[in-house]
Amino acid sequence: MSITTDTTGPGAPPRANGELVFAAPWEGRAFGMAVALAESGRITWDEFRERLIARISVDPARAYYACWLAVLEEVLVGAGRIGDGEVGTRATRLAGRAAGHDHAPPHPSAERAG
Amino acid sequence: MTPDPAGPPGPSLRTEALEELLVERGLVDRAVLDGFVRTYEQDVGPLNGATVVARAWTDPGYRAWLLYDGTAAIASLGFTGPQGEHMVVLEQTADVHHVVVCTLCSCYPWPVLGLPPSWYKDPAYRARVVREPRTVLAEMGLDVPRERRIEVWDSSAEVRYLTLPRRPAGTAGLPAEELAALVTRDAIVGVAEVAAR
Repeated sequence: MSITTDTTGPGAPPRANGELVFAAPWEGRAFGMAVALAESGRITWDEFRERLIARISVDPARAYYACWLAVLEEVLVGAGRIGDGEVGTRATRLAGRAAGHDHAPPHPSAERAG
Repeated sequence: MTPDPAGPPGPSLRTEALEELLVERGLVDRAVLDGFVRTYEQDVGPLNGATVVARAWTDPGYRAWLLYDGTAAIASLGFTGPQGEHMVVLEQTADVHHVVVCTLCSCYPWPVLGLPPSWYKDPAYRARVVREPRTVLAEMGLDVPRERRIEVWDSSAEVRYLTLPRRPAGTAGLPAEELAALVTRDAIVGVAEVAAR
């Protein structure tokens, strides 16, 4: 695999003994999207990584994957893959779904464990 | 989670929205995405064990110490903690393949390998790998040739086993950090071999 996440330094994702730690399913999805997009050449991993490090340095108190998601959206908007504000619009629409449908897709690890 | 209707959508909804948009546009394949999440959650690292193995591959003195007194050699790299009080390292050779199980529960060397994967805790693995190790290993993708003996080691609260995998061919001259990146958790447990990239 050509994508290697940092294991140390400001851009390194949270880990416990080398395993990536996702505090919530969306963090894993956001992580996977960036890796998948980089693997298929739709975003440039180095650019993503540099922007992530920069974002974390200006707001070190912000949760790691909140920064990750913000940078991913920014890079995709910059590349013209999605429109500015489009994610917010869609998210608001999703928030308005009927009760019982407001959950994220199942987490892959949950599927495997089951 | 109930979103606050007055506030902006939180990261969970934004992530879901982004995923929908990317999938609709064919920029991300959901199955591929699932695979990446799974891989990084479950198969990448664990770095501590990989560091121990890479050190042993590149430093004969350390290798000898590790095989003689695994607990002390591992502790010397700073990897100590609960569930790692007594660790024994088994060397994989051309003649013998070692595989580790905990038949009673899921005893596992936490300080070097993190928490055990779900299959390690699975009753089927725990029972069958003792009875028919060659078959179980083959099912997990590792074909051990007939001429190679298989030894199954039962970890317990007193002794936790791990293996020193064989260094793959074609990795001469690689520095320890690059070697460590090749080492997987499964190889250290003994259900896989380390492959060169």
